[in-house]
Amino acid sequence: MANASEVAEKAERDDIRSRWLLSAPALLIVFLAAVGPLLIVVVYSFLTPGNYGDVKWQFSIDAWVNVLLERDVFDDTLSLAGAHLLIFWRSVSLSALTTILTLIFGFPTAYFIATRPEGRREIWLFLITIPFWTNLLIRTFAVEEVLRNDGIINSTLQLLGITDHPVQLLYTNFAVLLGMVYVFLPLMVLPLYASMEKIDFRLVEAAYDLYATRFQVLRRIIIPLVKPGVVAGSILVFIPSLGAYVTPRVLGGGTNLMIGNLIELQFGQGRNWPLGAALSISLMAIVMVALLVYVRNTTRLDGDHG
Amino acid sequence: MVKRFDVRQQTGFVTMAILCFVLLYLPIVTLVVYAFNNNDSLSIWKGFSLRWFHVAWNNTLVIESSIRSFQIASVAAILATVAATMAALATTRTRPYPGLTFKYAVINQPLMVPEIVTAVALLIVFSRIKIWTGYSGLGYLIAAHTAFCVPFAYLPIRARLENMDLSLETAASDLYATPSRTFRHVTFPLLWPGILAGLMLAFVVSLDDVVITEFIKSGGQDTLPTYMLGQIRRGVTPEVNAISTVFLALSVGIVTVFFFVSRKRT
Repeated sequence: MANASEVAEKAERDDIRSRWLLSAPALLIVFLAAVGPLLIVVVYSFLTPGNYGDVKWQFSIDAWVNVLLERDVFDDTLSLAGAHLLIFWRSVSLSALTTILTLIFGFPTAYFIATRPEGRREIWLFLITIPFWTNLLIRTFAVEEVLRNDGIINSTLQLLGITDHPVQLLYTNFAVLLGMVYVFLPLMVLPLYASMEKIDFRLVEAAYDLYATRFQVLRRIIIPLVKPGVVAGSILVFIPSLGAYVTPRVLGGGTNLMIGNLIELQFGQGRNWPLGAALSISLMAIVMVALLVYVRNTTRLDGDHG
Repeated sequence: MVKRFDVRQQTGFVTMAILCFVLLYLPIVTLVVYAFNNNDSLSIWKGFSLRWFHVAWNNTLVIESSIRSFQIASVAAILATVAATMAALATTRTRPYPGLTFKYAVINQPLMVPEIVTAVALLIVFSRIKIWTGYSGLGYLIAAHTAFCVPFAYLPIRARLENMDLSLETAASDLYATPSRTFRHVTFPLLWPGILAGLMLAFVVSLDDVVITEFIKSGGQDTLPTYMLGQIRRGVTPEVNAISTVFLALSVGIVTVFFFVSRKRT
């Protein structure tokens, strides 16, 4: 008897060992080219910038101080780094606005798809997935062409005689916001659809039969059922928005920077790699906070049902 | 048939949804239309022409960076898919075992971290390795692309595996098939659509990457997206539209195949 359980135990140990061997290549490549380098970023954030980029191997916390504060050149006093704060604020507020706007546009769209007849849903869903899988740069560029001074919007406005000179749309916060909403919309629609698809629409019919108004149906039935999708979609939009680099670079010009562009600046013209590293870790920290909020929300939702 | 109350009558919602689809496609359609414009300008239409496609075709930088993009995407997608298939086999159809959550966390890590942070991290590490080894080939780009493609390849393969029960494999081994024959004749054919889907996702994701490539490429290692980013910065002619159109057609083609492959799941 003891022998049999020993054999079973050995079989299980062997199974686990072969499972580790099987997953080794994936773990190794992700560790070498994604996880490991992140740890080195942490180290770099505590070093001194080199003269021509890179670093000198001297411990320093200047980079971390510089994330939020700046040292006055003349009297060496510290004050809040206005430029950095502005960029952090722009990143967070534009990302929040992007999330809200994609929700406003995405919710009806997902509802629309979920209420189509069985066979036709896939086609509509496919229409959402196509932009999702086409190159982000190309989509951003498409928005740029629409917004430029001689683009479709401005030529239409002038043709209709609403303005006689082009309205500056490109290289504004508005352009960045519009571009991010456009680029990240599918990321909101897909999880919203996934949770709406599961709704039993007989509940909605029952509510109408019991004289619920459209607004009551939305608030009391659809929104509570779709909440997991809303949370998942929001996190899927908010996180890449925070780290957005291409969209603000193409649509924001050189002036409407977001954290991603600020980081790049430190590794390029700024030649301050430790500051860039510290900013990267800060961005990661904000993302982690967002993820934690997400995890807490989803576990609470699960708790509601169980 | 009794005519039922129709829950689809949320008129406001339908209008919003249609508007959404129109707005989603309007910029892309404009981009494609102006690729065929017989004019230097992006906005004034001067009749249909394939002129900008010829210009792009004769631009050696475009052709070279396209070839480079394909090389990187093919190698990275294949490596990532092989690694992801093995990892998926190792992490599904089992009781939870120590380290399983750790594996999920590592494999999905590239999805959690903002691309710009990974890009910067790789820039730091690879620039060191370049100095130490003197090697500055495509290996860095392939390694980076493979790493961030792994989770994309892993997802559909794992999803497919979770829908496959072990009964057929058990039957095969009961009939004295060796593990490798069981894999070759039972598991692999059943898993194939998932693997193909993973491979295509990985390929598209690698082909689309701008940020990581932009940071770690050495001189003269532009891929098509980073070449285009450089062009957009310098001010554009419809040539970029023409390149985008070809690129779009390709992505749409791959996604369409993907759509049909994953639909045949049942």
